[in-house]
Amino acid sequence: MNAAGCWKCGGEPHDSLFCKFCNTLLPPATDYYRFLGLERRLDVDVPALQDHYYRLSRLVHPDRFQNGTPNERRFSLDATAILNDAYRTLRDPVARAEYFLREEGLEPPGQNTRRVPPELLEEVFEVNTALEELRGGGESARPGLEAALARFRALRGELDADLGALFALYDRGRERDVLMKIRGALDRRSFVSNLVEEVEEGLTAR
Amino acid sequence: MSDLLQIDFSSVQEPRIVGIDLGTTNSLVAFMDLTGPRIIPGPDGGNLVPSVVSRPASGELVVGNAARDLLTSVPERTAYSVKRLMGRGAADVQEELRLFPFRITSDSDSVIHLELGGKVFTPPELSAFMLRQLKQNAESYLGESVSRAVITVPAYFNDAQRQATRDAGRIAGLEVVRLVNEPTAAALAYGLDKRKQGVVAVYDLGGGTFDISILRLHDGIFEVLATNGDTHLGGDDIDNRLLRIALEDIQSEWGEDVSTSAEAVQLLRRAVIQAKESLSFAPATTLEFEYHGRHYRRELGRDLFDKLIADIVDRTLGPCRTCIRDAGVKVEEIDEVVLVGGSTRIPLVRNAVEALFRARPHTELNPDEVVALGAAIQAGILSGKVDNQLLLDVTPLSLGIETMGGGVTRLIQRNSTIPASATEVFTTAVEGQKNVLIHVLQGERELARDCRSLARFDLKDLEPTPAGMARIEVRFLIDANGILNVTARDMRTGREQGVEVKPSYGLTDEQVEAMIRESLEMAEADFKERQVREAQVEADRIRLAVEKAKQSEAYAALSGEEKQRIEAAAAALANTCHSGDHLAIRAAIEALDRATMSLAGKMMDTAVSAALRGTKI
Ligand SMILES: [Zn+2]
Repeated sequence: MNAAGCWKCGGEPHDSLFCKFCNTLLPPATDYYRFLGLERRLDVDVPALQDHYYRLSRLVHPDRFQNGTPNERRFSLDATAILNDAYRTLRDPVARAEYFLREEGLEPPGQNTRRVPPELLEEVFEVNTALEELRGGGESARPGLEAALARFRALRGELDADLGALFALYDRGRERDVLMKIRGALDRRSFVSNLVEEVEEGLTAR
Repeated sequence: MSDLLQIDFSSVQEPRIVGIDLGTTNSLVAFMDLTGPRIIPGPDGGNLVPSVVSRPASGELVVGNAARDLLTSVPERTAYSVKRLMGRGAADVQEELRLFPFRITSDSDSVIHLELGGKVFTPPELSAFMLRQLKQNAESYLGESVSRAVITVPAYFNDAQRQATRDAGRIAGLEVVRLVNEPTAAALAYGLDKRKQGVVAVYDLGGGTFDISILRLHDGIFEVLATNGDTHLGGDDIDNRLLRIALEDIQSEWGEDVSTSAEAVQLLRRAVIQAKESLSFAPATTLEFEYHGRHYRRELGRDLFDKLIADIVDRTLGPCRTCIRDAGVKVEEIDEVVLVGGSTRIPLVRNAVEALFRARPHTELNPDEVVALGAAIQAGILSGKVDNQLLLDVTPLSLGIETMGGGVTRLIQRNSTIPASATEVFTTAVEGQKNVLIHVLQGERELARDCRSLARFDLKDLEPTPAGMARIEVRFLIDANGILNVTARDMRTGREQGVEVKPSYGLTDEQVEAMIRESLEMAEADFKERQVREAQVEADRIRLAVEKAKQSEAYAALSGEEKQRIEAAAAALANTCHSGDHLAIRAAIEALDRATMSLAGKMMDTAVSAALRGTKI
């Protein structure tokens, strides 16, 4: 990452947060996996990631470089911003998969272009009607919506499990069509997730 | 002492950093001593410096207790609760201005201008007077110059409010090393001797702002999971509510509207605050008010008080629920709740918090002091004196840019740990386009007009290219202070791209620079004035002593020539005393001192022999 070598001692380039010769903070890598020194896998051990995050935070945080040189202070700010962004992204399976797809040159599914999965078409229609009714004061729609919410939540759980299985499958074979399947699964999950939130909101709003 | 707090005494050569709580009602300054954080008392011995600035007719500037005393006599020359105006425009504060005696000048669109005795000040300048006082208090207490500070801000402060606070520090001659969120600072102060792991909620209801933060503690790391709040909700609202009711009540009883008199309003405000405070301890109190010989008296029980303020307390609960949801925790998972801010002394507030979090809140530390103590600890962390603790805070509001058609594209989500960044590539729409304007917003709403405008960033002097060919990578970075920094790079040339910032609310860099210069001049003038005054006091003292000595035996025994010399020196001092030149006064004092040297020696001898004789002279 540091083609010219260490900015301080001129030591030969290597992939690390600190120069292995003089222990100075180096300009950080912007790729999340490289920055964290993690193997490029979709399946991530989140508790281990959390420990790693806390450990690195202690090392690179701007609080630690308050009295450092201007270079160190800049790299510390940059490194901590990347560390925080990386942790936020990789700890969440959906954000992680979207990041991964983008890095592999596959645009993740867009936010507002979600197609209704055909098998849900009928139910979505019913739920929307019930939400309308509830908004208009029709409390009789509530039990039906609560039941629908439970079903959607269960469905989201199933999709999460599918996604996990696909992650493991990809990590074993690194096949591109698995990534395409992941893309499809993300699309469905995002649709169901929005649905859950919509119904939750409808049920709590008064 | 706690094992979490490890102090390294080897690095003491760095200039000290103090911690400052710049509050709506009161401000405090604290520092780290060998045993932990400590509040620095003011010259009057009190820890709290009222956040009041006054400019009485004599022209000098008065802050703190002295200014608070002027609230009733010269209300139109006295400003308080200035924090509510920081980083805001006139349109934002119309509602509350009706109950404040402030006068806002007409050019207050993006920065409020307050008139105080014929001179106009912005909120950062008024806050700078507070900060300068705290700086002075710290300097005289510590016996060294203080130029670096950690200043706390409400967690829910937006970019403009944070910038205004930082500007205030700069105007006061302080390097603001870090802005720290108040609830986080409080957690730091509380966390010292507490659990190593756990989830903590901090409920902070101050004079004018409300914050709720939920943190995860992990072996000295304080990770904020989510924060929420209202920068326009606090004890002031309770005071204003009681004040309004009392004013109406007085009108119906006296048949006279006293709300037109700023003096009456301030006297009554003081009375309702007193009643409010006593209701925190007693089940009932009497509200008493006297004005121009007329008396008003009302019994006020806690039940009625609770009813009057219930909706204000209720307004804090919505943000709490959102915060719990955003933190991704269940109420049962919250191990402890900490109360911060003077308004949390109100029993109704405590009960509401206890009911919501299903836990008895912590109140061991003084809710007025805990934030300043935390600021001092963060100062210790930054100077390397405390090395086992680390705060990981979040940005309270989502950051986005306006899209075509008035929508918002979100770049950084609220509750993202800071520093946080996002990059976006911009291009041109027409051939030869010279600049691209980026409108940055803060807030959670879908439409740009419903969000808070932060600034417009102008990518200037672009290389002429066909439409859509330019590729400018813009990096939005929220730093550890919660303040946005924007940099841009031309992706084709790799060169840094100039960005001009037009803040929507707040001062430009040039304006702040001008205020720093002006305040330096003013500080210099203040300093000169003080030196003159001190020299005058000294001159009066010595002239009085000489007058007294003239009655002594020793003086009578002096030669005529010696007497003449003393008379001449005393006359010279009397002449220079009102010159306003402290060096001339000092020189005249010294001359008189020299002229009276032998007289002083003789008087001493007389005194000694008188003492030996056992008689009084
Ligand atoms: Zn090196």
